[in-house]
Amino acid sequence: MSSSIFIQLVNIFGILTTIVLLAALLTWVERRLLGFWQDRPGPNRVGPFGLLQVVADMIKLFFKEDFIPRFADRPVFVLAPTLVMATMLLGFAVVPFAPGIGIVDLNVGLLFVLAMSSLAVYSVVLGAYASNNKYALLGGLRAAAQTVSYEVFMGISLMGVVMLAGSFNLRDIVAAQADGWFVLPQLLGFVIFFIAGIAESHRLPFDLPEAEHELTAGFHTEYSSMKFGMFFVGEYLSVILISALVTTLFLGGWLGPWLPPLVWFSLKTALLVCVFVLLRAALPRPRYDQLMQFGWKVLLPLSLANLLATGGILLWLQ
Amino acid sequence: MSIFFYFSAAIALIATLFVITARNAVHALLYLIVSLLAIALIFVLYGAPFAAALEVIVYAGAIMVLILFVIMMMNQGDASVEQERQWLAPAAWIGPGLLSAILLLLFLLLIGTGAHSGDVHYVGPRQVGAALFGHYLLAVELASMVLLAGLVGAFHLARRDNPEAERPGHD
Repeated sequence: MSSSIFIQLVNIFGILTTIVLLAALLTWVERRLLGFWQDRPGPNRVGPFGLLQVVADMIKLFFKEDFIPRFADRPVFVLAPTLVMATMLLGFAVVPFAPGIGIVDLNVGLLFVLAMSSLAVYSVVLGAYASNNKYALLGGLRAAAQTVSYEVFMGISLMGVVMLAGSFNLRDIVAAQADGWFVLPQLLGFVIFFIAGIAESHRLPFDLPEAEHELTAGFHTEYSSMKFGMFFVGEYLSVILISALVTTLFLGGWLGPWLPPLVWFSLKTALLVCVFVLLRAALPRPRYDQLMQFGWKVLLPLSLANLLATGGILLWLQ
Repeated sequence: MSIFFYFSAAIALIATLFVITARNAVHALLYLIVSLLAIALIFVLYGAPFAAALEVIVYAGAIMVLILFVIMMMNQGDASVEQERQWLAPAAWIGPGLLSAILLLLFLLLIGTGAHSGDVHYVGPRQVGAALFGHYLLAVELASMVLLAGLVGAFHLARRDNPEAERPGHD
């Protein structure tokens, strides 16, 4: 009994520390990769390959003045950045990293992740509201509209996978992919979920809530020091979470030949994180109305058609 | 089990109380979200994780965001807080307080007669789906028709009078 509790504690703290450290490290990875793809060096001064840049940035963030504007709604202003960290870290609780590695095995695991990602939007919206600043407010309004819109088909695009696996449990979904990854039968679902995931984590090209050329820094204009750092780390956490989810749902999770399961999971997730960075390096930002039209007029009908077709074919095959 | 229930029930009650008494609309909304989350927890405790997940995704995650969106658009300042302070004068509490007291009395009587729910039984996504599209199909269809009417109404209200202005490049 006590040994199982010990294993559970190792799982929890191991996953927590690894994820947070990886999210921090990702700031360096992203800038190096962006540098590589845009033909410039990127951060390469601090430590070998600029690896200690993360430490330098952390020290900088911690020792900056933690400024709360006089006109801000104080309690909400302080609360907002913690929400994105908390919800994203909670989302990792149900991700099955490998057999035996993972925190809980929920029956409605997939819905749990969706719920956490839909709560994460409060961070941005409340941060924007509490800042009492017009650029932040515009960013927050954009974030609310964008996230609510993209959440709709983010959920619908996954229902094909749920139908194929016959379960909301993420471990069952991975186990159901032993004969073939769901990315092939659910290619459309995969593409739609990935696009919705980029929009949910407001990464470029869908980072309209913080578009710096028109909104200064959008929702986090008034934030400084570690509060800004939490928004920043929260964004990277959501990038890792979306990548881990895509791996679990469409790319067979930990399944793969020769290498140990955890290595397969990490490799697939890392590849997807690199795709996130590549998209940022390669694509320009659309206009805001284009973003919303693309969501409601293209992706929503497509995901509904995917749902209908998957259900029909499954019934026909029975 | 029951300690978790009382804990989340207490959080839900206190948060709901703050929803009513908060003078700032956004703070009231935050308390409402906390209350919804606590209720979701109670759903989980009573074997309905699917309902809990939907509660968080639909109510806490989508509808509340839309309400917050509207409140932010209104951009209310200290004036509305002052107005709320006047509305929440002590005299305004008498009526609702009396009605709630009657409800509390009925509730205590019900508990006293032992009309509480029995064992916990698990209701998963499959059971919810079967009930929705089997037994309650008519109600679901009716609700979807009402929602469709709302959607068409919203579309009509938001439509521009001049269809020429809808062309891209005119805004």
